[in-house]
Amino acid sequence: MIEVVRPGPLATVQDLGRPGLAHLGVPGSGAADVRAFRLANRLVGNPEERAAIEVTFGGAAFRFDQAAWIAVTGAPLTVRIGGRPHGPNAPCHVPAGGLVELGAPSSGLRSYVAVRGGVAVEPVLGSRSTDLLSGLGPAPLSPGDRLPIGPVTGLADLLVDVAPVAPLPEVPTLRIVPGPRDDWFAAEALGKLTSGPYEVSGESNRVGVRLQGPPLPRAREGELGSEGMVTGAIQVPPNGLPILFLADHPATGGYPVIAVLTAASIPQAAQLRPGQHVRFR
Amino acid sequence: MKVHRAGEAGLLVETGDLATAHRLDAAIRAAGLAGIVDVVPGEHTVLVTADPAVCDLGRLATRLPELPLPDATAAAADPVEIPVVYDGADLAEVAEIAGLTPEEVVRRHSAAEYTVAYLGFSPGFGYLTGLDEALHVPRRESPRTAVPAGAVAIAGPYAAVYPSRSPGGWRLLGRTSATMWDVTRDPPSPLRPGARVRFTVAAP
Repeated sequence: MIEVVRPGPLATVQDLGRPGLAHLGVPGSGAADVRAFRLANRLVGNPEERAAIEVTFGGAAFRFDQAAWIAVTGAPLTVRIGGRPHGPNAPCHVPAGGLVELGAPSSGLRSYVAVRGGVAVEPVLGSRSTDLLSGLGPAPLSPGDRLPIGPVTGLADLLVDVAPVAPLPEVPTLRIVPGPRDDWFAAEALGKLTSGPYEVSGESNRVGVRLQGPPLPRAREGELGSEGMVTGAIQVPPNGLPILFLADHPATGGYPVIAVLTAASIPQAAQLRPGQHVRFR
Repeated sequence: MKVHRAGEAGLLVETGDLATAHRLDAAIRAAGLAGIVDVVPGEHTVLVTADPAVCDLGRLATRLPELPLPDATAAAADPVEIPVVYDGADLAEVAEIAGLTPEEVVRRHSAAEYTVAYLGFSPGFGYLTGLDEALHVPRRESPRTAVPAGAVAIAGPYAAVYPSRSPGGWRLLGRTSATMWDVTRDPPSPLRPGARVRFTVAAP
């Protein structure tokens, strides 16, 4: 068992989410930075669908009843195990009764704590992910919560000492694919979006990243009619300020999507902090 | 049909209308194409997401408009019957806006045959088309912070049942004891895009 001593500002259980149910109104959910999540699982020899803990802005602490191997990835921070500092992106051994404390990330927003065996809370609709939009899955972690650890038999050996991970850029440039509704915007809108920069609003969460900056003018008025939304969609409500959809985005929406982030840019969007600047290309 | 790219893993197909969206949804599901992740009908679109490692989206974009559309979809199946106790908090107000008696609102709401256009807002929340035009009333000016599960409601051209407790701005006509969302069932919702729905009058 893992006992949550303190969750920090927000900590949730995440895996690869609930794909395939969007037509029933179920968000995809799952780890917001799926690249960091997968790395954390690989570092401890887990299959990639095992659940881990997504920690927002660090600050969390966990006590392990039994000895375990963990790895912390994503937003880089200091990991203290029984008071001794360890770096991120490396498997670390936690002795039975050991206290794991996460510092504040030096950059980025979301860190992943994977444990060899995975976090084995009860799945809901095939996933252990907390979906903050629809309320599916376990509640966000609270002090005193106890999380079971899954079986470790048959898992891959630990082969990597530390994974090389590029530092997060101070002003990331996210790549976009125009559309599907770029024709709903004035000709200069894509140029405005890509000249930026935009600032990340404090009202951002796992559903979406709200941006402040040049408003994107529409070419046509009226309502689009609800349609399916993808993760990474840049949706533009009537005020013209773009919202980047992350893992817990609604399955359908009625505002036009001017462009969609490339698959490689979605994890970078998930690491954007309030107040940070971001560019699009 | 026009096909738009929706990022590296998605295609948005414009079908022109809802019925064609439902038929294309059925056609894609029946075709058993490799790598498809989600097929999501909207008001006049179908969003298809796929795993680009398994499925070439460029080729899929040419293939989708060529799929043979079935004549009938879920509409061929029996309608989902939802028993309603018509004692909703907004029934009198809806009657007043519509210029009808509450009894006439109930009669019209329970006489219509509905189709699930699409689901969204919350898991299992189906937007039902087919609402009697006299009952097309705007949503409440200030949404309620909590609407109970099973609340039967209308707003604009749509009818719906709140599948779980949530905030909501639709006008409440009544309630049903039918379970509209249960994660332990497969499927968790009795509704799916294209399904037909009827409301029946139940005793309180």
